[in-house]
Amino acid sequence: MSTLTAPQTIVGSFTAEAFAAQLAKQKSAPAWWLDRKRAAYEKFVSLPLPKRTDESWRFSNITTLTLDGFNVGGRAGISTEAPFGPAHLAFANNTLTSRTPLVADLVGRGVIVTTLAEAAEKHTELLKAHFMAQPQKQGSEKFAALHTAFVADGAFVYVPRGVEAGAPIVITHSAAGAGAAVFPHTLVVAEENSKVTVVDYFVSADSAAHFACGANDLYAGHGAQLTYVAAQNWSRETLSFQFNSTVVRRDARVQSLNLHLGSRQARHESLSQLAAPGAFSEMLALTVTEGAQEFDQRTLQIHQAPNTKSDLLYKNALRDTAKTIFSGLIVVDPDAQKTDAYQSNRNLMLSDAAEAQSLPGLEIQANDVRCTHGATSSRIDPEQEFYLQSRGIRQAMADELLTFGFFEEVLNRLASEPLHDALRELIKTKFKK
Amino acid sequence: MSQLEIKNLHVAIGEKEIVKGLTLTIQSGEVHAIMGPNGTGKSTLSKAIAGHPDYTITSGEVLLDGKSILELEADERARAGLFLAFQYPSEIPGVSIANFLRAAQQARMAEGEELDASAYYKRLYSKMDLLKIDRKFTSRSVNEGFSGGEKKRCEILQMAMLEPKFSLMDETDSGLDIDALRIVADGVNTMRGPNLGVLLITHYQRLLDYIVPDHVHVMWDGRIVKSGDKSLALELEAKGYDWVKKELAAATA
Repeated sequence: MSTLTAPQTIVGSFTAEAFAAQLAKQKSAPAWWLDRKRAAYEKFVSLPLPKRTDESWRFSNITTLTLDGFNVGGRAGISTEAPFGPAHLAFANNTLTSRTPLVADLVGRGVIVTTLAEAAEKHTELLKAHFMAQPQKQGSEKFAALHTAFVADGAFVYVPRGVEAGAPIVITHSAAGAGAAVFPHTLVVAEENSKVTVVDYFVSADSAAHFACGANDLYAGHGAQLTYVAAQNWSRETLSFQFNSTVVRRDARVQSLNLHLGSRQARHESLSQLAAPGAFSEMLALTVTEGAQEFDQRTLQIHQAPNTKSDLLYKNALRDTAKTIFSGLIVVDPDAQKTDAYQSNRNLMLSDAAEAQSLPGLEIQANDVRCTHGATSSRIDPEQEFYLQSRGIRQAMADELLTFGFFEEVLNRLASEPLHDALRELIKTKFKK
Repeated sequence: MSQLEIKNLHVAIGEKEIVKGLTLTIQSGEVHAIMGPNGTGKSTLSKAIAGHPDYTITSGEVLLDGKSILELEADERARAGLFLAFQYPSEIPGVSIANFLRAAQQARMAEGEELDASAYYKRLYSKMDLLKIDRKFTSRSVNEGFSGGEKKRCEILQMAMLEPKFSLMDETDSGLDIDALRIVADGVNTMRGPNLGVLLITHYQRLLDYIVPDHVHVMWDGRIVKSGDKSLALELEAKGYDWVKKELAAATA
């Protein structure tokens, strides 16, 4: 006779007590937010951890997805210097530690850069409409629910109609102390015909193991131009999740670039919804591995309207025994005719022991579309390497130059030269170690 | 004064022997031309000396100022003073000429020593002016989308910046129209002097109208079979390689 056991719920360090304690700190938050958090926590508890047989976790190492040994609400560490200039908002262990005010001119024109906590008080309708409002269905529902349950603060960027916000708005999120669990969140709302660039920098203040479970919501209204750069540089012991949701309205353009450097294991899920004709989403990513790091990137480009465009280019440079997984899906809804969708994952194998998996996919329900996808893995071209060496450049440096050359195609897509250079310098630090 | 000695050199690609006992000594200040039909081992010779990993030196010696370079990696040979101007230079997408040359200069400095960027650019621009190369060139990716002439000028610019003791120039004239050829030859002639030795590899006499060699060697089946002064090139041009072939046949008959 077999016995039925109740499905095991796994919450790790994120117990009901921890949740209640965290909730108690958000006394002034509006009821709708607290309700969302409670619902999310229930969802988190009810969902199982990913299983080996889950298609959305194919090739991923699921045995290392632990929720144990972390603590929420640890003492705020010192914010780490950002390579992107002074941060408008700097968070350490989920708490705002410093801020640089916006220039008066932008404030006068209605640009808002503030915390989610403050936005919940002053701009509650905007927050309600855009904050974690999109579906989450790329495999990490349990972790996304955990994020929604525990996120108590983050960045809120709002650019009103017709306003250009100028220089990048920089936000840093740091984790400090062994076992620190952080839930970074950045929400960007770019209204009609506005223009804004936002940079998120994720960094550890020490080399301890952290748990980072972050999300960003990007919303580009009619004709808006939104550029978003996320540079992930957590400690090498960190388990990291990042969830992106992008909504692109009519004739709007969103360009996002994710740089992945840190973490022991990093999962990145990105969802772009091309919601109205003329919408364009450019999805870019660069990853540099070392040691036994695992970078797991899952993307979804959903074309919901005709004449929309998406262009994805994810490049990985693999060293040592690292592993990357790219799984991308282009979905074209039945009435999204004249869709132009592109998806490319390219891997530069700098080590024979590294492993790159690529799972490109298409799901097309319209008949007049142009969709291309592809994945390549290649090694350093020995003739290029010899060419550089014949000029006196040592092999390690030659490979570094060739890797930067490989990345340049992505970095060159950025219009901002200072941002381009800052990212280059950040990537260089990974080669210097 | 420097000296590059190639002594009874044998080079193989895989199992196949290409260079079969070649001996040649070049002093700084000299320009030697090696001529020969296609497939006789001219390019193999230059790549093997530069240290290309696909070419195996099975016997013989290459000495730079009396010291063997055969145990050195390609980058060490370059830093010792050798330069190979490629027949078909590689395209390096995403790496600008300025960054590439900067890395090559940096590699020649002691560890921990940083290149003086402003002095570097000053020097780069002066060399470019000397070679009549547009400054916009430096921000372009190395050889990417370059015309045949631009690729060769890029090679000459690199040679001018790196100031080698010896330059091995592999079919520098291939794929060039007469204007491009003249520009490249002018570049080499500008650098010609007591501190540089040149080994000019060419199929045609044409290049030697512009870069007048001190010595001319005819290469055939992996060896030098005839040496002389610049008049040998003219003789070859007039009589063709069949003349050498017949002479050789007569000698070995």
